This record gives sequence, C-alpha cells and structure tokens, in this order.
Amino acid sequence: MSGYLVRGARIVGGRPTDLLLEDGVIAALGPGLAYDGSEVVDADGLVALPGLVDLHTHLREPGREDAETVETGTRAAALGGFTAVHAMANTDPVADTAGVVEQVWRLGREAGHCDVFPVGAVTVGLRGERLAELGAMADSAARVRVFSDDGRCVADPVLMRRALEYVKAFDGIIAQHAQEPGLTADAQMNEGELSGRLGLQGWPAVAEEAIIARDCLLAAHVGSRLHVCHVSTAGSVEIVRWAKSKGWNVTAEACPHHLLLTDALAATYDPIYKVNPPLRSAGDVEALREGLADGTVDAVATDHAPHPHEDKDCEWQAAASGMLGLETALPIVQQTMVDTGLLDWAAVAQRMSVRPAQIGRLSGHGRPLAVGEPANLVLYDPASPHVVEAAGLASLSRNTPYVGRELPGRVVATFLRGTATVLDGRPAEHASTGARG
Amino acid sequence: MRRHLLSAADLTRADAELVLETAEEMRSLADRPIKKLPALRGRTVVNLFFEDSTRTRISFEAAAKRLSADVINFSAKGSSLSKGESLKDTSLTLEAMGADAVVVRHWASGAPHLLANAGWSRSSVVNAGDGTHEHPTQALLDAFTMWRHLASGTGQSLDGRRVAIVGDVLHSRVARSNALLLKTLGAEVTLVAPPTLLPVGVEGWDVETSYDLDAVLPKADVVMMLRVQRERMNASFFPTVREYSRRYGLDGRRMSTLQDHTIVMHPGPMIRGMEITADVADSDRSVIVEQVSNGVAVRMAVLYLLLGGSESALGGPGDASGGDDQ
Repeated sequence: MSGYLVRGARIVGGRPTDLLLEDGVIAALGPGLAYDGSEVVDADGLVALPGLVDLHTHLREPGREDAETVETGTRAAALGGFTAVHAMANTDPVADTAGVVEQVWRLGREAGHCDVFPVGAVTVGLRGERLAELGAMADSAARVRVFSDDGRCVADPVLMRRALEYVKAFDGIIAQHAQEPGLTADAQMNEGELSGRLGLQGWPAVAEEAIIARDCLLAAHVGSRLHVCHVSTAGSVEIVRWAKSKGWNVTAEACPHHLLLTDALAATYDPIYKVNPPLRSAGDVEALREGLADGTVDAVATDHAPHPHEDKDCEWQAAASGMLGLETALPIVQQTMVDTGLLDWAAVAQRMSVRPAQIGRLSGHGRPLAVGEPANLVLYDPASPHVVEAAGLASLSRNTPYVGRELPGRVVATFLRGTATVLDGRPAEHASTGARG
Repeated sequence: MRRHLLSAADLTRADAELVLETAEEMRSLADRPIKKLPALRGRTVVNLFFEDSTRTRISFEAAAKRLSADVINFSAKGSSLSKGESLKDTSLTLEAMGADAVVVRHWASGAPHLLANAGWSRSSVVNAGDGTHEHPTQALLDAFTMWRHLASGTGQSLDGRRVAIVGDVLHSRVARSNALLLKTLGAEVTLVAPPTLLPVGVEGWDVETSYDLDAVLPKADVVMMLRVQRERMNASFFPTVREYSRRYGLDGRRMSTLQDHTIVMHPGPMIRGMEITADVADSDRSVIVEQVSNGVAVRMAVLYLLLGGSESALGGPGDASGGDDQ
C-alpha cells in the first residue's frame, strides 16, 4: 500500500473530486477514481489547499529549546496545514553562518513534519553593524534565499542598501522587520489614546511606516527585492500599495493576529496580548484585511513566536513579545477573510501557499493541485467550529491568545510529498519524507 | 463592596465622597492625644514596594498603624532588566503569610491590576503608584485637600471648580488619576504642558489642554504642579531646564495673577527652581505640607473601607473575582 486515495475533496473550494497521492506526487485526479488498494481518506466536505508555506516562524532551536524545538515547532506547523516553514534567524547562536543554517535545515529533515527553510541573518549577530556571510548561507545545503534580522530592524540605511544590493547575486530577498528603533525605545503597545491611558510606552505607527517607505525607495533605487515582515498599520498598507503601483519589487506579509485582534486587549495588562509589532486599532485591522484582499499584502505569515510560561506570567513590561500562530492561522484566515467574503479559497491558497513559496523561491511548494505536481496539500474542514484549548497544542509553549475563543474550522489532514503528516487532525506516524523541493 | 483600589476610575462619585467624608473623620483623630483606632486590629497590611518611595510607604505605614493593623514592609527592588523573584512568587508568599491588604508600588504599569486579577492572591490590592499609569490614593488626597479648602461646609462640592495640572503629564501617574477622579467629582481639569509632555490621544480624555500656562492661571481655583525630571531634557522633551522653567514654572510673578482663594499644590518631591520657585512653595497659598498630612487620613479611610469598615464603603455589589476593576 503505497499511497492515499483522497475521496471527495473540494480543490480550493471547487467541486468534489478524488486525488490519488502516490510516489510523492499527485498521480491521478478526478471524480470517482478507481480504488487501487491505497489508504482511503474520506474528504467529503473538506477543502483541499496546496500545503501552506509560512514565511515567518520562530522555531527557537538552537538556544531556546525550552520554548520550542525544530521537532515540536514543525509538528505544530503540520497540524496547522503547513508543509514548509521559514525558520527565523534569531536563535542562539544566531543563524548568521552556513553552519547554523545547515544545522537547522538538517534538524528539519530529521523531524520530517514539514520542510524547514532557514532564514539567514542579514547582519552578524543581528547587531546591525556588518553583513553576515550571506553568500555562504545561500550556497550552503540549506540554500538560503530569505535573509532577515527579524526581531530587530536593519536600521542603518547604508547597511540596508548594501544588503539589498548584495543578495541580487543569488536572487535573495531581504525580509525587513520594519521598526525605527529610535522611535520605539521601550515601546510596549500601539501608541494611541489607550497607551496614554494605560501608561504603557507607545509604539507609533510611524516607526513602522517610515522604515517601509525608506526601504521601498532603497529597493527601487538598487533594483532589488524587498519583503516587509508583519505589516500592522493602515499606513504601511498604503505605502506598499504605492510601491507596487510603481512596479517595484516589494512584497509584504500580514499576521493572523493582526487580522483579528486589536490594541483594546492591552487594557487587560495580560501579556498574552503583547506582540511586536503590537496589536493595532480596529481601523488598522480593517485596512490590513482590505490589503490582503486586494493583493497589496501578498501573504499571510504566522510570526509563530513561542515563549516559556514564566516569560508571559509576569508584568506586561517584563514579558516577552510574541504569540503562537502555526496551529491557528488557517482558521483565523477563514474567520477574518473567507467568512467575511473578502477572499475565496483559491485566493487563500495564493496568500498562504503560492505567493509565500514564490517569495522564498521554493520550487516544490505552492504548486497547483494537479496531476504530476508534488503531493503537498492540506485538507481543511471549514465547518468545524471548536474552542481552542491550550492542552491540545503541539507547540512546546502555550502562549496563544486564542484559548477560549471559538474558531470556525480545523485542519483534518496534511500531506508532505504524499506522506501524511497529519490524519484525522492528529500527527500521523510518518516515514522519512526524503528529498526536498 | 469592591476589594481593590487599582484606578481612580474604579470610584463612583458616591464612593469617592465616602472616602473624603471618612478621611475627614480620620483627620480629626490627629487632634486627639491618642491617634489610634482599633478598627483593623488583627488585620495585616503589606507594603510591597518594587520602587523606592519613602514618603508614600511611610504614609501608608502610618495609616495602617493608626488603624491598629499589623504592617509588613516588603521592599523588592528589581527591574525588567534585573529580574529578581517574580511578582507571582512574591504574591504567593504574601498570600501564604495571610496578608489582608497589599499596598503595591511598582515600576510596571498594570502590575497592581495583575496582582488583583491573576488569581495568585485573595488580598485586597491598593495601587500605590504603578509605572506611568495611576496613583489613585494620591488623587484622593489631592481631592481631599481641595475639598477642605474649596468646598468646606456640608453639601458643598468641587462642582465647577477649575483645576490646572501643570508639567510632565506624559509620565505622570498622579496626573492620570487626578484627571479621572476630579472629573468624577465634578471639577474641570486643564492639563498644561509643552506638547512633548502631553500623551498622544489626550484629546480623547475628558479634559481641557493648554500649552499656555499664563492664560490658564487667572481662571484656576487650584494649580497643581508636577515634578519634572531633569533627565527628560536629554530625551529632547524640552530644550533646557531654564527654558522649561520660563515657560512652565510657577514663580512669584505668575503666582500674583492667581485669584485670592486659589491654592497651589504639588505631589512631591519638589524640585525647587525647576517647576516651582521657593517663594511659591513656601507661600500662604501653598498647601503642599498639608497634602502630606491629608495623605495619612485618606489612606486610613481607604484601608478602613476596603477592609470592611463599612459594607457600603467603596463601591457596588460584591465581586469575589475582582475581575471588573478596570
């Protein structure tokens, strides 16, 4: 028994069809495929999407294995419907050499839950002083194409210009964490009326927007590719829209939490809602949804940021920034974008698989669900409302703001090159998934 | 009744007036040879200070002792950078010791809120100043001082009284709590500061704002000067101390433009020569020293009411969870 026969799945929400997954590819496709001895997966009523690709994941290994490991983080990713994640560079040691990115890449292969594409640091130690060996990371076994100092902004304009120029040699991209440091010293939450009332230091929208505007101009000037991480403000969406209208090579991502939650939650002083960039106003949420709908924002990225309990069970100012995202991303996109009529499932596939794979230059992911294509797909039940429980999460950490919230759907199965990583909503026993795409 | 005092916004007008009336009774105690009541005998009040503040701590300590409570002072210095014992563990320790009330001063905005709501402890929590958020007992003692000077006699109130709060509003928990409480009590508040020292979004607060101290002073019934730290100069909130004093300091010339009945207040500690000149601070209009003695009376009233001095004391119906305090 070599494969899976998926019965009655609606490819990107279309008519029900069967898919035969064999030898790592989609071997046959169409209604009423003949039973050939493969394991049958009943997908009646389920939406089939190409395996999701996350441009922004913190797997914490090496260095903070108390928060997450490559193994646990990629298991969480598979449960969220992902077949590929980009592992951010702010580990300890920082992923700023070929050695570290290859280690992370190898750990991902060994875990086998989803493909791990390490992101390389732009600057040595994320210190923003001099370029890391970007070429060595690009040429390594990990074949790094996305570079980011995420967690910190490449604030120096000369360094940013040079980085953008340098990665052109290997078709790389700089993913910028847009945060002007001088405007955000000790910043705790979105700057607005509420930050003033709560006495929490403000993180003004302009600190994000000023860097994005500068970087768009720099990318245009040197003719390189810029990707903007976690855009969170209406103004950022406007600037990216303007840059795209010029034909510049600028892409952007938005996080599920910025599509759903607002800064009003800071009034609880519960650091579960502390994240960087911070939760913004309802108007920003609206603008982000519109930007994602019209394609100004290319991709949804989770910014999955695990933290140990003690780093969140404390004063807001002392707490770490960040929240889990992998296991809840797709239901939140359904709730905020599909159920609101802003996106159909084909467009969700674009935002969560096709575009992020293109931005990361991944050839084996984000492919259409068609005969001969890699069998990377997720089966999703959009009519399975359930309340999020912390104990049910695969991540080592529990810092999700969604506990107790009802989400509209759930991932039923995920396949990575024809191997089930998730079946019946639970991690599947898996063999090694072999070659990478 | 409410179990905690976390924000001046927790207080209804009736709550606040009850505190002021109770404080008046407590104040009369100061004139007696034995300045002590048995009201909180056998109860334990913990002063939990994560930030130095000698004057606030001794004010609470005196208040609790005059009510015959046992007082434990717990100084737990530490910042977000130098982590010591966590707030949670400190709280669990105090709970195990049987604290009835925890008076907390903390560098982090919202820390008292966390203490009251995280489920670590059953004690009543009194916010004695948290970060740049609030300092509700300071606002109560300020209101009490105004009330005694401007609303003496039964049935009088602060309705329509004009209070100018001048200085570093942005970083001031005193200004936030005063703005909230004084509105509740019917006064009209004007915040006066350079634009750099007013919070973003202040137009959404229920107050007036002004950049022009000279225009505000002749109409004010109360002028409250806030402490301004010299170090703010280094972060470009204002160019120099001298320029700040010229534009926003209260000196003898400016004092001469005040109405006859107008009082001058300062929460302390003052920086003489910065926001207030010595001749103003020591003038007949100054009630700065009286604020300190009123502080003890008001904190007695707060502890007394929170710890069951009266069932109708500080607020609405019982809420064991304390979950609606903000």
